[in-house]
Amino acid sequence: MILPTLSIKNLHKSFAANEVLKGIDLEAYKGDVISILGASGSGKSTLLRCVNLLETPSSGEIRVNGELIEMKQDKKRGAVPVSIKQVERIRSRLAMVFQGFNLWSHMTVLENVIEAPVHVLGVPKKEAIEKANAILQRVGLYERKSFYPGQLSGGQQQRVAIARALAVEPEVMLFDEPTSALDPELVGEVLSVMRGLAEEGRTMLVVTHEMAFARDVSNKVIFLHEGLVEEQGKPEDIFSNPSSERFKQFISSVY
Amino acid sequence: MVELQNYSGILLEGAWLTIQVALLSLLLAVFLGLLGALAKLSHSVFFKSIGTLYTTLIRGIPDLILMLLIFFGGQVLVNNLSYNLNEWLNRLLTDFNPQHEWTAYLPDYINISPYIAGIITIGFIFGAYMAETFRGAFLAVEKGQLEAATAYGMNKYKLFLRVMFPQMMRHALPGIGNNWLVLLKTTALVSVIGLQDMVKIAGDAGGSTQQPFTFYIAIALVFLFFTSVSSLLFSWAERKYTIKTR
Repeated sequence: MILPTLSIKNLHKSFAANEVLKGIDLEAYKGDVISILGASGSGKSTLLRCVNLLETPSSGEIRVNGELIEMKQDKKRGAVPVSIKQVERIRSRLAMVFQGFNLWSHMTVLENVIEAPVHVLGVPKKEAIEKANAILQRVGLYERKSFYPGQLSGGQQQRVAIARALAVEPEVMLFDEPTSALDPELVGEVLSVMRGLAEEGRTMLVVTHEMAFARDVSNKVIFLHEGLVEEQGKPEDIFSNPSSERFKQFISSVY
Repeated sequence: MVELQNYSGILLEGAWLTIQVALLSLLLAVFLGLLGALAKLSHSVFFKSIGTLYTTLIRGIPDLILMLLIFFGGQVLVNNLSYNLNEWLNRLLTDFNPQHEWTAYLPDYINISPYIAGIITIGFIFGAYMAETFRGAFLAVEKGQLEAATAYGMNKYKLFLRVMFPQMMRHALPGIGNNWLVLLKTTALVSVIGLQDMVKIAGDAGGSTQQPFTFYIAIALVFLFFTSVSSLLFSWAERKYTIKTR
């Protein structure tokens, strides 16, 4: 039996009295590219942020390569991780690409890319730089490696953010609406890098509004509605033959 | 001018002392400021109240009064403390051994030098101003910058050293520069408690030569020189730390 790289069981998340996720199950195997769709407020970003505990789930199970992230109930704060060390170690194996890039603005492009390998994973600096150079070549930004994020366009910044994610050789890459903050003419360059990653077999979880990406690149699509999985399946099945009325409406409203 | 030349050596020594007091106070102020800012930003009600008490109290009382309070009050406090500790220790030992003879374990009288008192007072006062500067600067750091650090597995110490601190400094530098200029000028107050700094020497020399104007103008120019050099240094540092955009 092959173990899923990422498995989520019965995940709940509430903010005060507001329950945003109401029991989500999700499994990602090596090489899966899963697009998570949904209207705003459906909980899709929260789901992604729960995976690496940027948001602490209220209940449920998250396993990375079979390893359970252990949680306990605290009287005051609700659910909290048992060991912050474990969480930090697992986070360093899951790379996140943010909607707003969130590149460290006081570091150059190269420094951004080698930061986590050197200062979190303990890779020797020389080795990290060599690898970073290769990754920057690949996202087409080697020539800009001594620039600061503020000197780059949004599309270039997002490609640096992808390079930063690749540099930690992640088990799973988490994309939180990676093209939503970009000018329309810059979306293409980021999507084509992501397409390349999918083709080489990276495991990716992508929260997105790009229907074309979801349909053509991912091998599984999940549609969230009010904190529950409303529809899921292979893109070729569910786009042509959606079973849920809401998903039908959602597709027609986006196109 | 002849008088000024006669006093130039001792005036320079005073100027050096002024610089020492200012730099050491700055060091203390930055340290206390960081602690104060972190206390005010912490989730603990206890630390938060201590931080707020510190900044409110210090910023609400004139510097000169604080200086006199800490110098004279501090002297009394230290000596009372040392006296009481001595008595307590001796009483304790006599309880165990009735033959025990009274001994001074701590010195009866500790003299706080104006140098130390000056540095502590100025550092303490400006720590409160620095705390406000740092607090604002910490709050100005974009959340996403910290979130990215967390998401890549940094622990809270790494996050502070690698991201929070350098990002905070660029917001804090203008405020630190401003505080430093005021701090440098506030060192003139240590002459009141008898430290032989530039101001005290100029005052004495002006009195004995009956040319106060000459001496005060001279040290005014020295202060102006110090502050101008500082301004240059700070604008260089701000350029270095600024967010690079196109």
